[in-house]
Amino acid sequence: MEERIVIAGFGGQGVMALGQLLTFAGMTEDKSVSWLPSYGPEMRGGTANCNVIISSEAVGSPVVTESTSVIVMNRPSLDKFEKTIKSGGKLFINSSLIDRKSTREDIEVYYIPANEIANDLGNSRVANMVMLGAFLEATNVVKKSTILEKAFTAVFGENRAHLLPINKEALEKGAEIVRG
Amino acid sequence: MAKVLMKGNEAIGAAAIQAGCKYFFGYPITPQSELPEYMARELPKVGGVFLQAESEIAAINMVYGAAGAGARVMTSSSSPGISLKQEGISYIAGAELPCLIVNIMRGGPGLGSIQPSQTDYFQATRGGGNGDYRLVVYAPANIQEMVDLIIEGFDVADQYRNPVMILGDGMIGQMMEPVEFKPPKRREIPEKDWATTGTGGKRKPNIINSLYIAAEDLEAHNIKLQAKYKKIKENEVRVESYNIEDADVVISAYGTTARIAKTAIAKLESEGYKVGLIRPITLWPYPYDEFKKINPNCKGILTVEMNTGQMVDDVKIAVEGKFPVHFYGRTGGMVPTPEAIIENVKKICGGEI
Repeated sequence: MEERIVIAGFGGQGVMALGQLLTFAGMTEDKSVSWLPSYGPEMRGGTANCNVIISSEAVGSPVVTESTSVIVMNRPSLDKFEKTIKSGGKLFINSSLIDRKSTREDIEVYYIPANEIANDLGNSRVANMVMLGAFLEATNVVKKSTILEKAFTAVFGENRAHLLPINKEALEKGAEIVRG
Repeated sequence: MAKVLMKGNEAIGAAAIQAGCKYFFGYPITPQSELPEYMARELPKVGGVFLQAESEIAAINMVYGAAGAGARVMTSSSSPGISLKQEGISYIAGAELPCLIVNIMRGGPGLGSIQPSQTDYFQATRGGGNGDYRLVVYAPANIQEMVDLIIEGFDVADQYRNPVMILGDGMIGQMMEPVEFKPPKRREIPEKDWATTGTGGKRKPNIINSLYIAAEDLEAHNIKLQAKYKKIKENEVRVESYNIEDADVVISAYGTTARIAKTAIAKLESEGYKVGLIRPITLWPYPYDEFKKINPNCKGILTVEMNTGQMVDDVKIAVEGKFPVHFYGRTGGMVPTPEAIIENVKKICGGEI
C-alpha cells in the first residue's frame, strides 16, 4: 500500500495543516510517512501545496510526481495537479471555488462544495476538514478517529481542542457528500 | 521514546541539544531558518546560548572561539552563507577544533535560489577554504538518519578534534518525517586538555592558533593533520549499498537524491531489471572500496545528483576505469524524477549510452 497525495490551494486555506493531519495520523497507525511542503517564493494569496506519502514500506522519494490522490482547493491547483494523477486515482475538487469540471475520464472525481458547507457550519476555516472528510470516506487511508483523537491536537495544539466538535462535523459533512 | 513528527530543520536542533550542544551562532537564510529559530527558542531552556551574529563571518568566528574554549558548539547556514564561513572553517580545521557545521544546500552559484540542490559537494569534500584540510562530511537521506548522525557527529568532532559537516538540502530541511531520539552510543572522548579555559596558575597557557611562521613547523603540523585524516579514512567511512554484487546497473547517489533512486530501483525491479545502489553516507571519507564489490559484469554506473556532476568524479576514482560511469542530474533547484532515472538506467541496459 502506498498513497501518494498532493494537497493544494491558496495560502491560508489550510492545505499544509491538512497534510500534516494525514501524515501524523499515518505515523500513529504505524505506517511510513513523509510530508513535503512547497516552499518556493510566493506572493500573498499565492498557491501552496504539500506532498504526503503514507506507505506500508519505507518511503523513497518524498516528491510526488505520480499521485494516487489529489485534493485541490482552488482553480490554479486543479490546472496544475490534475494531470499528475495516475489512472484509477482520485481527485477531490472544492467546487465552491472551482468553476470547471475535471477533464480526466480515467480517474474518480468528487465535487465537494467545501466552503459552502463550512460556512453553513459557521466557520469558513473548516473547509479543509470538509475536503479531508471526503478524502477519508473515499480512500480509508487513515481512520477518522485517528485524525480526531490523536492528530488534531498534535498538529494544532491542545489550546485548539475546543474546536474539535466543529471539525468533527466538517469531516462528517465531507464524508456524506462522497456517500451520496 | 515514542516517534514524533518533525520538520528536518527542527529535528537538527533537537538532536544537537540532545547531544549536549550548548552554543549556536548563526545568521538566518532560507531554507534552514527554522533551525536558528528553534535554537533561539530551545537553547536558553537548557542553559545554552543562541546568538544571531551580525554576519556569517562573525558567526563562524564565534564558533571558533567557543570551540577553542572546549564548548560543544555548532552553526548552520545554506550554500551562500557557508561560502562566507569558509575562512573560519579553514582556521578551525587548522587549529584542530571540534564543531558541527550544517549546510542545508540551495541552488547556486552566487545567491542562486532557495530550492534544494547538492551543488556544494566539491566545497564540502575538497575544502572551500584554503589549505590542505578535510571535514568529516555526512549526507543523511532521511530525518532519522540526520538526527542520529548529528548526535554522533559531535562525538566524532571531539574524538578527532576536527570540524564535522552535515550536508543536507532544502528538501530534507523542509520536510517532515517521524523521528525517534534514541540514547546515543557514546564514544570514548579524550579530555579537552588543550582548551583555553584559564590556567588557574597551575599550567602553561593553552594557545589556539593556525599560524606557523616557520616552514618546518607548518610542514610538521600538516603531516600531523594528514596522519589524523588517514585514521578517519580507516575508521569512519559509512555507506549503504544494495544488491551491487548482482546488478546490471549500479546507481550511486547520496542524500535525498538516493531516496529518489530507491523509488526508481523499486519500479525497475518490478519490471525485471537488476539495479543496485551505492549510497555514500560519508562523502568524506569517501567509500571508494565499496565499488570494488560491484558485479564484474555490471554494464555501468549511473551517478545521480542535484548538480551538474560533482560526486561523479569520486565515482570515477572509485571504479578505476572498470565500468563506464554515466551521470544524470538536475540543478538550479529542480529535483530529478524517478521516471528520468528509470529512463537512464534502461538506456544503459540497452547499450544506448
